[in-house]
Amino acid sequence: MRWYELTLCYVFMAAAGVPSGLAAEYEIDQQDKTFMMNNAKVERFSIKVGDTINFKNLDPWFHNVFSLSDISTFDLGSYPQGQHKSVMFSKAGEAEVECAIHPQMYMILEVKP
Amino acid sequence: MMKAPNAGKVPGTQHRRLTLLTAIGLLGAFGWLVPHETLAAPADYQRPELRIPKDSTLTPERIALGKALFFDPRLSGSNWISCATCHNPALGWSDGLPTAIGHNMQVLGRATPTILNTAYNKKQFWDGRSPTLEHQALGPIEAAGEMNQTLAELIPELKAIPGYELMFERAYPQEGITDKTIAKAIAAFERTIVSTEAPFDRWVSGDESAISDAAKRGFALFEGKANCAACHQKFNFVDDGFHNIGLPSTDDPGRYVLVKVDVLQGAFKTPTLRDITRTAPYMHNGVYATLAEVIDHYDVGGVNKSNLDPNMKPLRLTASEKKDLTEFLKALTGAPLEITVPNLPSAF
Repeated sequence: MRWYELTLCYVFMAAAGVPSGLAAEYEIDQQDKTFMMNNAKVERFSIKVGDTINFKNLDPWFHNVFSLSDISTFDLGSYPQGQHKSVMFSKAGEAEVECAIHPQMYMILEVKP
Repeated sequence: MMKAPNAGKVPGTQHRRLTLLTAIGLLGAFGWLVPHETLAAPADYQRPELRIPKDSTLTPERIALGKALFFDPRLSGSNWISCATCHNPALGWSDGLPTAIGHNMQVLGRATPTILNTAYNKKQFWDGRSPTLEHQALGPIEAAGEMNQTLAELIPELKAIPGYELMFERAYPQEGITDKTIAKAIAAFERTIVSTEAPFDRWVSGDESAISDAAKRGFALFEGKANCAACHQKFNFVDDGFHNIGLPSTDDPGRYVLVKVDVLQGAFKTPTLRDITRTAPYMHNGVYATLAEVIDHYDVGGVNKSNLDPNMKPLRLTASEKKDLTEFLKALTGAPLEITVPNLPSAF
């Protein structure tokens, strides 16, 4: 693939909201009914368009993850300890992310362009 | 004999979660505790601090005012129903009915939840639609099916009672009689309705004789095989969460009305287990009259399996295990709060 074909490919992928190789993936734990990252509570977190968050349940009961925000509507369902599910954010703005079962597990995700 | 959760103190393990059954087995065999995931440490059963909004702090005047309002039937449209009509202190701060009876003797769709320890709850009402006690307090007053009163009528009605003018002025100087001060006063009173020390608490504190061996075995089941602690956790035995536990005789969508996420279809708030022997019948629709019926419900993993909470599964408890669980639950009832019914301000 020539250089201009590769560039064109990236342009098309970006336009379609497809994460390029530059997109980051973050892991957020669900622990003690709290969103945690590196053992610290996460109330607000910034990512870029195309980045993915992987939500991992570390509690011995089921958790859910959902958002009904303007920039992202998803319901990852309920899953037990040890399992994880991920979601990619393709639009810029703010998303409220919550566990439907335990609503005190709540964070705001800021998705930057 | 089973040990209280803090009986086998090992430095550094107080905050770990331990499985009592595993711990007991290995305590005898090896003399140490093995970290596991289900048994809460004693610290988990300590009474938490009350969360009190900065603009709604507790004073004796506010609590006294809230108590008068709570017991005053003039807060209802009919002047016949008070908060205490349904949240009756003589009946565990509930009404002893499967579902509440409201204005004009209407039978309502949900059970009256106890207000005992509701001050510790992060959300109020069975569906969690109120974030604070202040927000909750006016709901039943204004609900047409419950106390059927409008604030536009209530506020002048209270203003016309000289005793209330004085009580509001003492409790909330220069704030007047408003929807806000009415709500704050009722919330202040409700924050004093908290559970007393139960035999379980004395056992957690190290008094081995506080509960029976059957209750101790019941606690191990509660935390282990019976999986009750998946939702009923810590001091107030709640997870501040919402679950569809597969009850019969209900098509109530519960929290799904507020939050359109599938898991919440038919889901209701986890209620406290404190003073549980005083709050029968049980569940949001009052479908079970006894603790034995409740345990049978969980034993079969719920009756209505549609959209069942994934924590629910058949338990296959033996008859003696069911009795042990019942004995444990009984150990969560403390002495009733001593409450005197207030003399209400007269109309002139």
